[in-house]
Amino acid sequence: MPITYTSGEQIEVYRFSIPVTVGVPLLALFLQAFLPRRIFSIFDLPLLVTIFFAMARRNPISGLFTGAAIGLAQDMLGPYPIGIYGIAKTVVGYGASSLGAKLDVENAGARFLVTLGFYLIHTAVYFGVARYMVNLTLNWSWSRGLLAGLANAVVGVALYYLLDKFKQRT
Amino acid sequence: MESVLGRYRNLTILVGVLFLQVLGLAVQVKRTANAQSTRLIRVWTVGAITPFERLFIRAQDGAENLWHNYFFLRGVRAENRDLKEQIETMRLQQVRLSEDATQAHRLQSLLGFKEQFIEKTVAAQVIGSSGSDLSRSIYIDKGEDAGLKPDMAVITAAGIVGKVWIVYPSTALVLMINDQSSGVGALLDNGRLQGSLRGTPDGELLLDRVMSDEKIAPGDTVLSSGGDQIFPKGLPVGTVIKVSPGHEMFLSIKVKPAADLSRLEEVLVVTEKQEREPAVSDSGDRMRAADILAQRLPSVPDKPAVPAGTVPAAATSSSPSVTGSSGDNGLTVGAKPPVNSIQKQTTGNSPAGPVVAAAANHPAVDHSLPQPAPVAGLPVSGDALKKTVQKTPSTGSLSAVPKNPAGSNAASPANPAAKPPANTAPKTLNPAAKPPTTHSAPATPPSNPQPAATDDNPH
Repeated sequence: MPITYTSGEQIEVYRFSIPVTVGVPLLALFLQAFLPRRIFSIFDLPLLVTIFFAMARRNPISGLFTGAAIGLAQDMLGPYPIGIYGIAKTVVGYGASSLGAKLDVENAGARFLVTLGFYLIHTAVYFGVARYMVNLTLNWSWSRGLLAGLANAVVGVALYYLLDKFKQRT
Repeated sequence: MESVLGRYRNLTILVGVLFLQVLGLAVQVKRTANAQSTRLIRVWTVGAITPFERLFIRAQDGAENLWHNYFFLRGVRAENRDLKEQIETMRLQQVRLSEDATQAHRLQSLLGFKEQFIEKTVAAQVIGSSGSDLSRSIYIDKGEDAGLKPDMAVITAAGIVGKVWIVYPSTALVLMINDQSSGVGALLDNGRLQGSLRGTPDGELLLDRVMSDEKIAPGDTVLSSGGDQIFPKGLPVGTVIKVSPGHEMFLSIKVKPAADLSRLEEVLVVTEKQEREPAVSDSGDRMRAADILAQRLPSVPDKPAVPAGTVPAAATSSSPSVTGSSGDNGLTVGAKPPVNSIQKQTTGNSPAGPVVAAAANHPAVDHSLPQPAPVAGLPVSGDALKKTVQKTPSTGSLSAVPKNPAGSNAASPANPAAKPPANTAPKTLNPAAKPPTTHSAPATPPSNPQPAATDDNPH
């Protein structure tokens, strides 16, 4: 699973049609909200979609706004103050698109590692904001975080191949 | 600047978007402390502003201290001499007043009245105000970390200031009594009339709910009544400066606050107060007048231990200072241990104990010092207490301390309200409380009337 350093000229930047740009995140949010929590609570589909779009577009500003929008929408579905997921996914969107602009993240191995890494970053930011700013009672668990990260990375790699079909070359 | 922003454009936008979201969260999130929730953005704003205010105040204080304590010391020696003289005078006054207070407390305990005591205070420095002309509030440099909670009383030595309104981790917002949303249960010292003190939009204090047929004059002192459950009873609130007819049948009484609310620097926050019956033999922090006298006056050395249960012997052990025998050196100071031991031996756990002990100790007071004169300006008769009792029946507390001079027969038979309840009478009229007759009596009969317990006894 090589992660190769590539120059800006070698990296292809993709774009997506408006229905895909809007529909895929909405579908992810819908599934996240309506799939049985007992089984799927470990997965964070909106996060995977955020990472995918950010890496594909390779534009930090676009990535952070995508993350912010998806995160805020996810917050609106929950009972907690709006902005916790928003902040976490903004950071992830920015990071993933910045990384996508510098590294070749087209192969499965790179995608797996990037997803795992950003899942942990997302969880850490969410935990920090929720615990120290909103005063929610949360417990940090490395084992659960790693397991969930691995599971999300596996699902993410599969999902990215599916979403690759919607890519449009610029 | 533009080049920096252009160079770090992405990062700047990220920080901006994150900042907006954090701000949005701060507006939504409320910090709950002590059943009071405050928006996080307010907590943060206060947290960002107050350190600068604190720093500024400290620098200002430092400069002032440097000037006043190191450079500008003209006339300090003369002032020191005057103050020492004042201390001597006040010590004498204190002894006299303590005796009065002891007796008043005894009477209160006889009446079963409860009184609020300030148990614990936290000193705080004023570091700023709300910055609004509409509200009269100040920020102090103590908060939740120092144990402050909302609705705690804030006072100075001069009088009450306000109440703690919002508590932050290291600061607190105090709503002053002259704020228009503030209210204080107040009591006119002269006449014991109760009213409600509130602030006006102009920052003045008005005493409400006092009937127009009452006689109130400028200069009358206003005290806290304790009815608001925030300020303990009897704290100075202010003085009446203007009385005019108000709406309906009430007077409009303008009050000048006792504490200078516009120049506050340090305040005390009452973090703990306790309601209890004042006890004469309360051996806690307060010292009884008899003990104070015993410490200051010449006495004989401690006598050998008296066998337990020999009440008369123990009772007479307090009388060496009565007889004036000087012992070996005649200057043994500190008759407190024998006094306490007398209490234990004579009273045990009996409820009548305090009274008995006080009665046993009283001759020492009476003979060692001239008869304490009534404090100037205070009534001497028991009628004063009667009046007080009748005027404030609902508060359940009796501020009889200033009303009841030493030696006055405050609980006289002429005053039915001041009589002890029937169930306590047998205790207070315990024969042990009487001046010893069959046992060894004091060599010189006391020239001062006995305390209430014995004075009350018609037999």
